[in-house]
Amino acid sequence: MPEIRNYTLNFGPQHPAAHGVLRLILEMDGEVIQRADPHIGLLHRATEKLAESKPYNQSIGYMDRLDYVSMMSNEHGYILALEKLLGVEVPERAQYIRVMFDEITRLLNHLLWIGAHGLDVGAMTMFLYAFREREDLMDVYEAVSGARLHATYYRPGGVARDLPDSMPQYKASKWHSQKEVSRLNDTRSGSLLDFIEDFTTRFPGYVDEYETLLTDNRIWKQRLVDIAIVSPERAMQLGFTGPMLRGSGIEWDLRRKQPYAVYDKLDFDIPVGTNGDSYDRYLVRMEEMRQSNHIIKQCVDWLRANPGIVMAADHKVTPPRREEMKGDMESLIHHFKLFTEGYCLPEGEAYGAVEHPKGEFGVYLVSDGANKPYRMKIRAPGFAHLSALDEMTRGHMLSDVVAVIGTQDIVFGEIDR
Amino acid sequence: MSKIETLRERLEQIFGNQLQNTVLELGEITIEVAAEHYLDVCEKLRDDDVFAFEILIDLCGIDYSAYGQDEWKTDASANGFSRGIDSAQHGRLKFGDELPENQSERKRFAVITHLLSIKNNQRLRIRVFAEDDAYPVVKSVVDIWNGVNWFEREAFDLFGIHFDGHPDLRRILTDYGFVGHPFRKDFPLSGNVEMRYDEEQKRVVYEPVSIEPRVLVPRVIRENNNRHNMPANEPESEE
Repeated sequence: MPEIRNYTLNFGPQHPAAHGVLRLILEMDGEVIQRADPHIGLLHRATEKLAESKPYNQSIGYMDRLDYVSMMSNEHGYILALEKLLGVEVPERAQYIRVMFDEITRLLNHLLWIGAHGLDVGAMTMFLYAFREREDLMDVYEAVSGARLHATYYRPGGVARDLPDSMPQYKASKWHSQKEVSRLNDTRSGSLLDFIEDFTTRFPGYVDEYETLLTDNRIWKQRLVDIAIVSPERAMQLGFTGPMLRGSGIEWDLRRKQPYAVYDKLDFDIPVGTNGDSYDRYLVRMEEMRQSNHIIKQCVDWLRANPGIVMAADHKVTPPRREEMKGDMESLIHHFKLFTEGYCLPEGEAYGAVEHPKGEFGVYLVSDGANKPYRMKIRAPGFAHLSALDEMTRGHMLSDVVAVIGTQDIVFGEIDR
Repeated sequence: MSKIETLRERLEQIFGNQLQNTVLELGEITIEVAAEHYLDVCEKLRDDDVFAFEILIDLCGIDYSAYGQDEWKTDASANGFSRGIDSAQHGRLKFGDELPENQSERKRFAVITHLLSIKNNQRLRIRVFAEDDAYPVVKSVVDIWNGVNWFEREAFDLFGIHFDGHPDLRRILTDYGFVGHPFRKDFPLSGNVEMRYDEEQKRVVYEPVSIEPRVLVPRVIRENNNRHNMPANEPESEE
């Protein structure tokens, strides 16, 4: 009998199903995975080291570029740690705006996830559907910050500016006919809040559409049910957070358990899985989208009824208004100091964590009293999840590896940092 | 007594003088453990029901060698202010420069661990200093929390901290064949080598970096801006 040897397969780093630049060394017995060794770091930019060389405010933009599909949630984690050390009071309206955008970001993230996950498993249509909705949400980003992806909208002490009264309009062009443009502009004729409210009424119907396509789909279930089962004990041992942990049946959500911003005033449920397989994680994320939509709706109602300031008036940390600078010497000094040297944080350390769409995103700041962080550590949820890929894929088929990468919701911006 | 103060009390009760230091600040507890007691303390933190820290959230290295140093010391004289830029500071380091020696009384390298208890809904931070500055070694907690594997690899890669008992201590984030530990304070921000494709040799070549380090905003430490320690009713001083 000839000797049978394991086969080693190199997967990626350039592979459409690798969700970026993942290189996997797969040791296989036939088509069954014996060992998976992910090689990461191909997108390593040393964000933490760069942040050490810059005043605090200049690193907010780097946060967007970590998990580049859930930009504002990353910013929130950083800002929380910063505000903890600074001790700044954030106006309530700013907190509601942050929560609303956190949830919009969660929708953005989960939409990309369902699109890419579907594509990996063979459901091409999902990608097109999900990107239709992402387009609307990115318009919201654009209206509020001027950028469709990398917003840099959250600031210590509040948010960069209040919600605008009008939405950007589409213009007819070679690619968009007048008829199509007027349909698009129809919902964009009011304020930003009007548009978001209109979106929240439409969105549950969209989620129903996705579920019609996937939830009872035979192929979808064959590819996800009983794949990569993680028991609750193992999930905790492996450092899982977010939907990965909830999929295994542990009810843990920072928004509820350790509430930040105004989550304690809002009504929402935490979906939890039972079997801990990929299909449960799919169901958990789908339900999270509905819950996020519900939270956004509550925020819209509150924001309509409660106008006010969105930035703390503490000018050691937040910039003064332009009109004030024209007439007031002190404001001019504050502005100059803030944008040249920045502000110094008191000596100490703080850890700020948010319930990011992928799990617990935390920023650990060590300050020695300077205007730049002494050490910043970004705790990326995907890092812990990907490190469990070996355990999750062992004994499964080669094609399941792709489904497992999909169910882990991997984005390399945050893993490689 | 609040929940976090209870936790602090229990920590001091159970571990006693195994703890070198316990700090409760900003609603977060930090304990400092000697390297020899690190594993015992961690195991008890996971298994003891009053702690029940089931999840290790994060583990990271830190290099304290430049702690509290700033780059902006100015002297006022009859001729005006000096520019006060000291070149041998991290951030201004060039390839080949050496950072001044670690002058602080504490050790240079530490490993910081963040724990989370789902059962009791509380967090804890552990700091353990590596005994030797030249060859920092800390015991691995990979048998206590399996998920820490990659976090320890990362701390090894970026800081050169060795984890005793780690099953697979390889580099993780940096390139294959990378030399040095980039997050140490004496590693220049621009790196040591740059890479390009060489048309003549028909391959990628590495060369020493050609860019000069550039600091746009110097690092300053201002005591009077220390808002956190300032009495609430005292008017803020003018700059």
